[in-house]
Amino acid sequence: MIQFDSKELSSSELEGLNAHFQERIDAEEKIEPKDWMPEKYRKNLIRQISQHAHSEVIGMQPEGNWITRAPTLHRKAVLLAKVQDEAGHGLYLYSSAETMGITREELIESLHDGSAKYAQIFNYPTLSWADMGALGWLVDGAAIVNQVSLQRTSYGPYARSMVRICKEESFHQRQGYHILMTLMEGSAEQKAMAQDAVNRFWWPSLMMFGPHDAASAHSAQSMKWKVKRQTNDELRQKFVDQSVEQAKAIGLTLPDPDLVWNEERGHFDFGEIDWAEFDRVVSGSGHCNRERVAHHRRAHDEGSWVRDAICAYEEKKRSREVA
Amino acid sequence: MTDNVNMKLYEVFLRSRRGLDHKHVGSLHAEDQEQALEYARDVYTRRGEGVSIWVVNSSDICASQESDCESFYDPLDDKPYRHATHYKLPDEVNSM
Amino acid sequence: MKERDIDQTISVYALRLGDDALILGHRLSEWCSNGPFLEEDIALTNVALDYVGRARNFLNYAAQLRGNGSTEDSLAYQRDCRDFTNFLMHELPRGDFAFTLARQYLLDEYEALFLAELLKSKDSDLAGIAAKSAKETSYHLRRSREWMLRLGGGTDESHRRLQLALDELTGYTTELFEMDDLERDLCEIGVAVDRSALFDRWFSAVSKTFAEANVTLPPASWAVKGGRIGFHTEHLGHLLAELQYVQRAYPGCRW
Repeated sequence: MIQFDSKELSSSELEGLNAHFQERIDAEEKIEPKDWMPEKYRKNLIRQISQHAHSEVIGMQPEGNWITRAPTLHRKAVLLAKVQDEAGHGLYLYSSAETMGITREELIESLHDGSAKYAQIFNYPTLSWADMGALGWLVDGAAIVNQVSLQRTSYGPYARSMVRICKEESFHQRQGYHILMTLMEGSAEQKAMAQDAVNRFWWPSLMMFGPHDAASAHSAQSMKWKVKRQTNDELRQKFVDQSVEQAKAIGLTLPDPDLVWNEERGHFDFGEIDWAEFDRVVSGSGHCNRERVAHHRRAHDEGSWVRDAICAYEEKKRSREVA
Repeated sequence: MTDNVNMKLYEVFLRSRRGLDHKHVGSLHAEDQEQALEYARDVYTRRGEGVSIWVVNSSDICASQESDCESFYDPLDDKPYRHATHYKLPDEVNSM
Repeated sequence: MKERDIDQTISVYALRLGDDALILGHRLSEWCSNGPFLEEDIALTNVALDYVGRARNFLNYAAQLRGNGSTEDSLAYQRDCRDFTNFLMHELPRGDFAFTLARQYLLDEYEALFLAELLKSKDSDLAGIAAKSAKETSYHLRRSREWMLRLGGGTDESHRRLQLALDELTGYTTELFEMDDLERDLCEIGVAVDRSALFDRWFSAVSKTFAEANVTLPPASWAVKGGRIGFHTEHLGHLLAELQYVQRAYPGCRW
């Protein structure tokens, strides 16, 4: 791969490349791996894609927590397939990030040392079977709203993995909703279990879209580069609007007294997110922050001898072939 | 030995059904071709998306560069006679 | 045997095969998010999914023959330790990656032979499940056999772990090939597989692989058995506590 070293370019050359790059973006052309791109664009994308990839992979844990306890064999198969899909999605995303010249090992390292983030919602614990419903319906629902928008992102490999991911995720939200629907048709205890799960996961789901546009550090530049196609607040509104009807249809109440239809705006108004809570979880005080990273690190470390073994085996095989 | 940083990168191509070309679908890490083929099956055909798989070591792919564009593709811009639309047919002729 | 008795006997037989698949599938599913790298995590989960599917097929059939409102779920979630009839090897904790893959390899070789025979069963339901399962197993076997070679021929550490796993597993292989009256009766009428007849082929296949991988399956100086009569290790109770927790805590609900 040719490495474009911006330092060796004169400032007028750099300006020309930048202008050409932005023209391409404005014309809705995709940026592909070997194209010249501003270093900041590359960094910004690696940050976003890796955060997305880590979220998929860390997101396996709260649901993986219930695979061995799923209450029917059908639910067990569905959940297992779903969590496996998350692993697949993490893999697609790591692959897209790797096209920008960073290795998966480096990405994992920054997850372990805390410099890379993942969706804070996965720092919440899953305490009942109904949480599998709430995660699928709300968390995957929110993720899909975001990912549908990202299918049009400007970086080709990222956009293509989003297309693939969206296609596969369509069942994720439905299976979650179906879990809740079944609970809401069940006993009083089951209904309470479902409502409790929604109470706990509703607000964190809204937080998934990130800070308000005005407060978002990366938003404006990401929009200009078309890395992001819709703003945090636009996407959040879309999610709220679609969730209200779905909740009502199965008798669930969304835990927000300020949630009310606004005829003028053509959208639902909703209450203010507790950003102090958001900051608290992001900065390490969620129930599972330490556990999530430790789990990943443990699996990675325990797998180290396996990865060594296959490399060594391949090495021996090659030298036998040479001899 | 701790150097497992470099499990090789493979590109995966799938034929989604008979009669179609293999199409690039993504990449994965594996140590040899056989393993890459099996992981391609496990990772990229979970929903029966393929009937045939190719895997290619990424480093074996020789790719054109953006800097090649001018010399590679621009010279092909001036040969409109290679395209069917170049030739105007009488109105009575609907298809050819 | 009277027809009704035959049905009930086949139901017990299908239940045994269902329990094997259910319990091993459970152990394999524990690897999800714990694999040594993402590709392998996904691949192992595919194997787990195959086993959960296989369990459902066998248990469903067992429930159908059993009648009285039995379902695949009542069989999986409402029986206790002593009623489970899986082989002991299946219920052993997942251990490290070498242990899981060594167990898988030993069982894949066994399953490949077993299913090839069950395919010929005069019971068309069992034969049908066997046909589907045999395809899955031939892929599992391809994978697990390669892993034996990689781990055996990889590093000193992987070789040591693989040998250790085989030392731990060898005594659990005996019961795979021991028949009881129930299976002998079903075998006579062409329904069940004579597992005792599979041993030689199984042993020669695994010996060949282990020779290539430079490890040995130690000759069985010990043999723990009893799975088919519900005489289990202590591990199964804990597995069931987890598997059945929701249904036990909230009985009589739909999920």
